[in-house]
Amino acid sequence: MPAAISTEGLVKRFGRTNALDSLDLTVRTGEVHGFLGPNGAGKTTTIRILLGMTRADSGTARVLDGDPWSDATELHRRLAYVPGDVTLWPNLSGGEAIDLLGRMRGGIDKLRKAELLERFDLDPRKKARAYSKGNRQKVALVAAFASDVELLLLDEPTSGLDPLMEEVFREVVQEVSDRDGRTVLLSSHILSEVEALCDRVTIIRAGRAVESGTLSELRHLTRTSIQAELVGPMDGLAQLAGVHDLREDDGRVRFDVDTDEINPVLRRLTEIGVRSLVSQPPSLEELFLRLYEPETVK
Amino acid sequence: MKSLAGTRGLIRLILRRDRIVLPLWIVLLVAISVSYVKQYGDLFPTPESRTKYASNAGFITLYGELSGTSLGEFVTWRLGFVPVMIGLISLLTVIRHTRVEEETGRRELLGATVIGRHAQLAAALLVTFGANLVLGVLLAFGMHSQGLPMAGSIAIALEFACTGWFFAAVGAVAAQLTASAGTARGIAIGVLGGAYVLRAAGDTSARTDGPLGWLSYLSPIAWAQRIRPYAENRWWLAILLLVATVALLAVAVVLAVRRDVGGGLLPDRLGPADGTLGSPLALAWRLHRGLLAAWTVGFALLGLLFGGVAKGVGDLMRDDPSIQEMFQRMGGSVGLIDSFLAGVMTLVGLIASAYAVQATLRLRAEETSGRAEPVLATATSRWQWAASHLVFSLLGPAVALLAAGVAEGLAYGAAIGDVSGQAPRLVGAALAQLPAVWVLVAISIAIVGFVPRLSMVSWAGPAICILIGLVSAGVATADWVRDISPFTHLPSLPGGSVSAAPLITLLAIAVVVGFAGLVGLRRRDMPVG
Repeated sequence: MPAAISTEGLVKRFGRTNALDSLDLTVRTGEVHGFLGPNGAGKTTTIRILLGMTRADSGTARVLDGDPWSDATELHRRLAYVPGDVTLWPNLSGGEAIDLLGRMRGGIDKLRKAELLERFDLDPRKKARAYSKGNRQKVALVAAFASDVELLLLDEPTSGLDPLMEEVFREVVQEVSDRDGRTVLLSSHILSEVEALCDRVTIIRAGRAVESGTLSELRHLTRTSIQAELVGPMDGLAQLAGVHDLREDDGRVRFDVDTDEINPVLRRLTEIGVRSLVSQPPSLEELFLRLYEPETVK
Repeated sequence: MKSLAGTRGLIRLILRRDRIVLPLWIVLLVAISVSYVKQYGDLFPTPESRTKYASNAGFITLYGELSGTSLGEFVTWRLGFVPVMIGLISLLTVIRHTRVEEETGRRELLGATVIGRHAQLAAALLVTFGANLVLGVLLAFGMHSQGLPMAGSIAIALEFACTGWFFAAVGAVAAQLTASAGTARGIAIGVLGGAYVLRAAGDTSARTDGPLGWLSYLSPIAWAQRIRPYAENRWWLAILLLVATVALLAVAVVLAVRRDVGGGLLPDRLGPADGTLGSPLALAWRLHRGLLAAWTVGFALLGLLFGGVAKGVGDLMRDDPSIQEMFQRMGGSVGLIDSFLAGVMTLVGLIASAYAVQATLRLRAEETSGRAEPVLATATSRWQWAASHLVFSLLGPAVALLAAGVAEGLAYGAAIGDVSGQAPRLVGAALAQLPAVWVLVAISIAIVGFVPRLSMVSWAGPAICILIGLVSAGVATADWVRDISPFTHLPSLPGGSVSAAPLITLLAIAVVVGFAGLVGLRRRDMPVG
């Protein structure tokens, strides 16, 4: 089965700024793919290219085996999009906006809409101008999830939602992925959300994919923190590959070690003799912070 | 005074945002007013010619009664439309910097900084009041520099500035009433329109010894006008306007205290839980119908007004060649009344082009607000999306012009006892304006398609055409200047002869330019901020 989304070498310039600098992204059919990166990294630009709203300067993009620019209308029948900042028509009620977007996409499932309104606790009779940011976001989410589509493009969809609603959002994404087999591209900053939902993630920075893979693959890129009380002197530890930030105070050593170099380091520790040992597992936060930082060179 | 904290900073913000628009309208209105002194002094040098020019029923309806035959009085009378424009700009400025800020949420962003409860309103009002004051001072010196007496020049400055202040206060009250800036604008413009209609009806009735002359006393526009600059200079009427302004401001403040930021006093009603809209066209109808209805009603009223006065104007023009000449220059033809009606039709067509551009720019507003994005992410193509709005910028003016033509035909036909003969002629004359209107629509589509950030330049189209129309009606103008305006190439109807070539040329230009604009729109990135 072809990938739901694949891009190769996407480049997009706005004046002198390089929004995308040779971006490669592959989203396999049926997966929930996390799309992460600091603000201004090019996530929204990528999604707009995938929607055929913006045209890439060079590179190729395929969405559901079609060209997002020239086949836009046909493709849009098969996908739904939730922008990060939803603006609605002030005089239309939420229900009207949901039905309008659903119908223009080719139809909306009434029962599913009612169920989602209930679950997201949204009053569809209110005029859009009376909605808070979170409620406007819910309108776009209900319209997207109630449509019968193969692919969902969600651009920071939970911004403005309260924790309860975020929970509902997670349940719904899991449902459409597991039960209906839909593909989801989820751009997000919320790591717990990504961890709970995504099969694979791509991290972009400055318009380029810096990392892509499953979360457990990415975990290997992180470091484990070790604190140990040793019997003997800490000879030879500093020379081992993968050991960082080694320091000693009061007979305790602290250091970080690359997760895939952990075995030789542990062997050396036991040779010296260990009185006590604390090891902290790699955290995703740490990984992301490291990858987000501009000076990091992979 | 804690509630006014931050006003100074907000004033600077407003001045920064309006640094072009604000000086532009001040200078433009002062320049127009001052230039009228020489222009009309030359055109109507004798008291007799002035009285005759000013005594026609149509002009009394438009500008009111002439107070005396001195040049100052005559020019003040002829400038009767300027205070209305000042009132309009003032109320729009106040709403733009109060309710629009709240509706877009920018007010909230600022509200969290050290900004008092009334600071936003105070800043908007102070800037608008200041602008009117500057306009008044410039006008007083400008008029005086043309050789008019100083006292009268100060009086006309007060007339204009007080009208601006009063309607700024009207805008301030309207901004408190509803959560929607559009509705607030509608309310305030309604008050302005109401004041204008009261004055027009009262003055016309008084002129014909009708029973409704007292209506004028209800209209703040009439109060300002009855300051009678260069005649009695009745200062106390300026004071009356100022008192009314202060009273309105007090109302605005009381209302502001009683509502939440972002909320209005008139509550939002709940809408339906399920929608019936299901296509781009249905959405566009929903977005455009209010505008269409308002313009159609306005055009019908305009038609009634012009149709109603046409016969009287014809009687009057019979003995004044200079007025005949003016209407002929405006596009009129041989028959006296027909030349008046044709001149009026050109005016109506020019106004319709403003509506056409406004409707076209809705497209761009949908894009910049972010509302186009979710629509274009559905199976709606850009062609369909653009077409759904263009239906209204092309056919909306047609409906409005039709209303004007029908109303004018009915009113004039009733006056001369020939409704069945006049109505079709005038409907045809009104609809004959469309090719020129559509050229301006096409130009604004091209601007939105190729240089979206300059979309507001689209307003230059109707503005230039109106300017050419006004100038060439007053003084003889070089042909190449007149030829710039597509309206120059329209047949002068009713009465004139129709040749197909210019109409076909205009339509062809509209189609080619408009289509090119749509191609540009299809090929560019969306949205462009």
